[in-house]
Amino acid sequence: MTETIVEEKKVDEKWEPKIVAFLCNWCSYAGADLAGVSRIQYPPNIRIVRVPCSGRVNPYFIIKSLTDGWDGVLISGCHPGDCHYISGNLVARRRFAILHELLEFFGIEPGRVNFMWASAAEGERFATLVKKATNIVKKLGPNTKFKKEWC
Amino acid sequence: MGIETENKEIEIGIRENAKKLLSEKQVDVVIGYSEGTVPLSSTPIIIRKEEDVDKLVWNNLCYINIARYLAPLMPQLCDSEGNSLKIGIVAKGCVGRAVNILATEKQVNLENIKMIGFNCNGNVNRSRIDLEIGEKEILEILIVDNDIIVKGKDWEQKFPYDEYINELCKVCQVKSPSATAESCVGECQELESIHDEFADVAEFETKSAEEKWAYIKEALEPCTLCYSCRQACPVCYCNLCFVDQNLPVWFGKTTELTDVIIFHLIRAFHLAGRCVACGACSSVCPVGIDLNIITRKLEEIVKKRYNFTSGLSAETVPPMMDFSMDDEEEFMLEED
Repeated sequence: MTETIVEEKKVDEKWEPKIVAFLCNWCSYAGADLAGVSRIQYPPNIRIVRVPCSGRVNPYFIIKSLTDGWDGVLISGCHPGDCHYISGNLVARRRFAILHELLEFFGIEPGRVNFMWASAAEGERFATLVKKATNIVKKLGPNTKFKKEWC
Repeated sequence: MGIETENKEIEIGIRENAKKLLSEKQVDVVIGYSEGTVPLSSTPIIIRKEEDVDKLVWNNLCYINIARYLAPLMPQLCDSEGNSLKIGIVAKGCVGRAVNILATEKQVNLENIKMIGFNCNGNVNRSRIDLEIGEKEILEILIVDNDIIVKGKDWEQKFPYDEYINELCKVCQVKSPSATAESCVGECQELESIHDEFADVAEFETKSAEEKWAYIKEALEPCTLCYSCRQACPVCYCNLCFVDQNLPVWFGKTTELTDVIIFHLIRAFHLAGRCVACGACSSVCPVGIDLNIITRKLEEIVKKRYNFTSGLSAETVPPMMDFSMDDEEEFMLEED
């Protein structure tokens, strides 16, 4: 983590965001896999964490990621209705809706935390949306608000 | 009619109803408010005998939400085998709402509870008065006509009542509990639809992200993470709060601003669709942090998104316990 700070300070214009991505095992993770297998280019800024379902993503994960110094968080799950656990992503959607509004209300840039759906067959879509999310976070610049000083 | 006379009427109503419930053995205990031991406060009290009902008071300082004692149930409210006694509860609007929320979450059984309802006329904003009085010692507080008169050793100060009540009481729409007839005595209303404008939230929303962040930072800066707000909250009843979890430690326990803001952010998140807007959290805050705007925002979100107002009935499923295929998802990333 200390290395990151040093790097950021040295090469400011070359700064690249680091985004942690929580992908659901059944759709988005497979979608990312497909994007890779199909040789579709997408930004290398995301670091993937595989979770069983988007419903597994506790808001703590998101906030904790921001305090630990990640510049952005991306959460992806199956399309509504396609959840492997039938309704996990629908439950998650309500949670994300409220978290999204609350973050905005507290003055955190809404673009820091992004949500998306991508199925296992949508490698192309996955790559496009990751590009989009990376661009959003890049425009916002490094995460300073939530980051703890020692990170 | 002055606030004074209104209070007297409410007080008499509460006492009569409590007496009736106790004498007819409809309830074993009544929880209510009694005169506080220090000025600017009131103390919760548990009444067991008919002759004690005169200890119950209503004086606009009853800011505590006494539904707090129902979940988890206090030992005083259980019989020797640990089962719930029949409880009568002096219920202003927000206490009634909290009881309903606890009932939907299966924390209380409405069969054991009788609400003594009345039309609440608001609570005094303690922290604001404290702030304006400053270092001086308050010896007595009176409500005469429509003024709050605060008396000290050789000084006296007057505050207009309408101005110095809690911010949440000013916009309150649920003055009395809305419960099924069996569980409610006294003045109870059926509240089907609540029209709330949320002008205060809309005003806050016009600020830019930076301004909002600056406001929140400044407002929460004095917080010492004493968790009084959590302890006073009627719907914060988890055995192990997220801040107390230590395997893994999600959030730091320092009073660094990050930790403070996260505590309030996540607590707000947990209260979405459950917060009953009683303002107890702000009233008990020892450093006078005003959390009302967050509370209001939560109400606005669930009203706007899921057309839900918490605690109006014990039957409606709260939005966070439910889901639907056609929820709004405008915040999701989409391809251009």
